[in-house]
Amino acid sequence: MTQSLLRRWILLLPLVSLVLALPHEALAAPGQPGILASLLKWTPLIFKGFLLNLLASVLSMALGTLFGAFLGLAQISPNRLVAKSAWAVTQFFRNAPWLVLLFYTVLLIPFEIGISGGVIPLPDTAKAILGLALPVMGNVSEIVRGAVQSVPSGQWESAQALAFTRRQTLWMIILPQCLKRMLPPWMNLYAVLTMATPLISIVGVEEAMTMTRAALAAENRSELLVPMYGMLLVWFYLYCAPIAAWTKRLEMRFGVKA
Amino acid sequence: METVWEWFRWLDKTHGIDLSVFYDTGDRHRFLMGFLTTILLSLTCLMSSLAIGFIGAWAQQSQWRWARLAVGAFIQFFRNTPPLVQLYFFYFAIGGMLPKFADASGMASPLFGSFFWAAVSLSLFGGAFNIEIFRAGIEAVPRATIEAAESLGFSKGQIFRLVAFPLALRFSLRALNNNMVNLVKTTSLAYAIGVPELLYVSAQIWSDQLNTREMMTLLLFSYVGLVGAMVWGMHRLERALRMPGYGQ
Amino acid sequence: MTWTADQPIVKIFDVHKSFGKTEVLKGVSMDVAAGEVVCIIGPSGSGKSTLLRCINALAVIDQGSVQVEGQEVHDPDLDQLALRRKVGMVFQQYNLFPHKTALQNVMMAPLHVLGEKRGDVEARARELMRKVRLAGKENHYPGELSGGQQQRVAIARSLAMRPDIMLFDEVTAALDPETVKEVLVTIRDLALEGMTCILVTHEMGFAREVADHVYFTDHGVIVEHGPPEILFSQPQDPRTKEFLSHVL
Repeated sequence: MTQSLLRRWILLLPLVSLVLALPHEALAAPGQPGILASLLKWTPLIFKGFLLNLLASVLSMALGTLFGAFLGLAQISPNRLVAKSAWAVTQFFRNAPWLVLLFYTVLLIPFEIGISGGVIPLPDTAKAILGLALPVMGNVSEIVRGAVQSVPSGQWESAQALAFTRRQTLWMIILPQCLKRMLPPWMNLYAVLTMATPLISIVGVEEAMTMTRAALAAENRSELLVPMYGMLLVWFYLYCAPIAAWTKRLEMRFGVKA
Repeated sequence: METVWEWFRWLDKTHGIDLSVFYDTGDRHRFLMGFLTTILLSLTCLMSSLAIGFIGAWAQQSQWRWARLAVGAFIQFFRNTPPLVQLYFFYFAIGGMLPKFADASGMASPLFGSFFWAAVSLSLFGGAFNIEIFRAGIEAVPRATIEAAESLGFSKGQIFRLVAFPLALRFSLRALNNNMVNLVKTTSLAYAIGVPELLYVSAQIWSDQLNTREMMTLLLFSYVGLVGAMVWGMHRLERALRMPGYGQ
Repeated sequence: MTWTADQPIVKIFDVHKSFGKTEVLKGVSMDVAAGEVVCIIGPSGSGKSTLLRCINALAVIDQGSVQVEGQEVHDPDLDQLALRRKVGMVFQQYNLFPHKTALQNVMMAPLHVLGEKRGDVEARARELMRKVRLAGKENHYPGELSGGQQQRVAIARSLAMRPDIMLFDEVTAALDPETVKEVLVTIRDLALEGMTCILVTHEMGFAREVADHVYFTDHGVIVEHGPPEILFSQPQDPRTKEFLSHVL
C-alpha cells in the first residue's frame, strides 16, 4: 500500500519539475528577477489565501455534514411526507451546480441579520462557506440514506424482535454498522469540496485563486502565467491526492465503492 | 404566446416579480442563447470526454509501460486538482502562450476563444474520470465469457465489438451517468472565463434589470430541470440496455 | 498428409503442460475415433479440464502434440479460428452472453463467424432450441433461465456452428440435482446421433451408460483406460480402485 502511495507521488515529480524548472531564469527578460524568485516573492501571500481555502473546506464540510445527516435521516423517516420532502430537497441540492448555489447564497442573503435586537454581520466569506455547505448537505444526505438502506433488513427485524424501539434500533444497531460504509464516500466528498473552494474567488472571497490572479496582475509578465497557475495546481494536488489514495485504501478494506 | 408574455409583464407591474426574460424580447433572446450555449458546451464535453475515456482505457491496456504511466499521471492530475484552476490554467496560461493573429479589423486576437478552452479543459476533466470508469467496466467482464466467445471462433475484434464492449458498457453505465451529470453541472464554471452560457447571461440580465432574486431562482430551476431531463434520459438508456436477471 | 475418417479424429501424444512450477499434464496420450464418446474421469486437480482445453487451443501445451482431423493444433501457422469452428465447447458455468436472448446467443456465432444468411441461421437456431427441448424460451435472457436451461442453450449455441467434435467440461457440476438429468439427456441424444464427444465428468452412471471409452486420470497422467464395462467393474490400478470406491 505504501508502495502504491509512493508511486502516485513519483508520478507527480515530472509535473513539479516541469512547472518549476522549464520556464526558469532563462526565460526571464533582462533586468527582471528570475521566475523562481518571483514565485518565492508571492508564495507567502498566495499560501495565506490557500489556508483560507482549507479553512472554508473544513467549515463547509462540518456544516454540510450536520445538515446532511439530519436530511438523510429524514429521508428514511417512517413518515412518508417527511421522507418525500427530504428526498426532494436532497435531489434539488445534489443536482444544482455548485457555482449557481454559491451565487444564490452570496447574492441573496443579506449582509447582516438582526436577531432579538442584536445585529449579526454576515461577511461574504461566511455566506460563501454556507453556499458550499448546501451541495455538501445534499450529497451527505444521500450517503446516509444509501448506507442505512444497505444494511440487511434482517438487522432491523432481529432488533425489533428483541423489543428495541425504532429509534434505539437506528442509533444503537444500524448507524454504527453504517459508519464504515459512509466513511469512504464522505472523504471523497471532502476532496471534491476542497477542489471546489476556488469557486469562492468568483464571488469575491480573497483565497488562493484571487491572490494568484492579483499577483499576476501586479507582475504583468506573461512568462509567469504557467508557473503561477501550475504552483496552485500542485498545492491542491499535494493536499487532495493523499486523501484520494487513503479513500481508495479504505474502500478496499471495507469493500465499498464511493 | 403573446398573452403569456403579457401575463409576466402584469406579474412584474402588480406583484413586483420581475421575470424580464419572459416579457422582454431582448432578454428572452439572451437567455435562450445562453441556454443553447450551455447545451452545446455540454454536448461537446460529453462527446469528447467519452472519446478520451475510451482512448485512455485502451492505452492503459497497452504493452508500453510509459503509455500506462502517462495515462495514470493524467488521471491523477485531473482528478486531484480543482477544475476551476485547470480552466484558468488552460485559458490564461496555455492560451496566453499561443501566438495571436490579426483579425479582420486588425486587432490582435487569440487563436482560440473561451468556448474552445472551456471545452478542452472540461473534456479533459470529465475524460480523466471516464478512463477509470471504462477500465473498471472492462475488468468486470468475466474471463470465462471471453473464453466462451474464443471457443466459438470469434476473432479478437469481434469479441471486443460483440461481447466485451457491450458488457463493459453495461457494467459502467451507472458510474458513467453520474459523471456525465456532474460534467453538465461543471459547465457553469465556463462563466469564469466569459463563455456566454446560462449563468453568464443570467448575471448580465440581473445586473441590467436588477432582478437578481427572480433570475437566480429561474437559473437554479433551469439547471435542475436540465439535469433532471438528463437523469431521466440516462434512466431510459439504462432500462434499454438492462440484462434481465442480472444484478439490480 | 491428409486426414481420413478411419484415422483418429483427435490424436493426443505425450502432452506436457505446466502452470508456473506445477506440472498439470505429465505426458498424456489419447486417441479418439470419429463418432466415439469418450469420458475422462478422475479426482479434481488431476488435469482433466486442462487436457480438454488443449484440444481447442484455449490452453497452450509446452511439449507433445495435439492433432484434430490430422492438423497440429499448436502449429503457429494453424488458423486457430478454423479449428475452433470444428470443435465446440460447453463450460461448467455455461458462459452465455448475458446481454443477448437465448436465440440470439445461438445465432451470434454462425452470423458473425461463418457469415451465413440471417434467415438460414434463425431457422437452424429455432430447430436447435427445439432439439434441446427449449422451444418457447427463445426470447428469454440467460438471467431468466435456470442453470439447466442455460446449459442447454450453451449446447445449442455450440451445435449451431456444426462442429465435428464437442467438448464438455464438467457441464453438470454447477447444476441442481433435478436439472442435471435434462442436460445429460440432451448430451445422450447427441451421442446417439454419432457426434464425437469428449466429456470431463463426475457423473459415473452417465459415463457408464453412454461412453465408448473411459479414461481415468490422476496427477497429470492417464492411469488406466478401457471400455466402461471393464474399467468400472474390473479396475486394475489401485488408484482407480480407490477413486471408484469413493464415487460409486
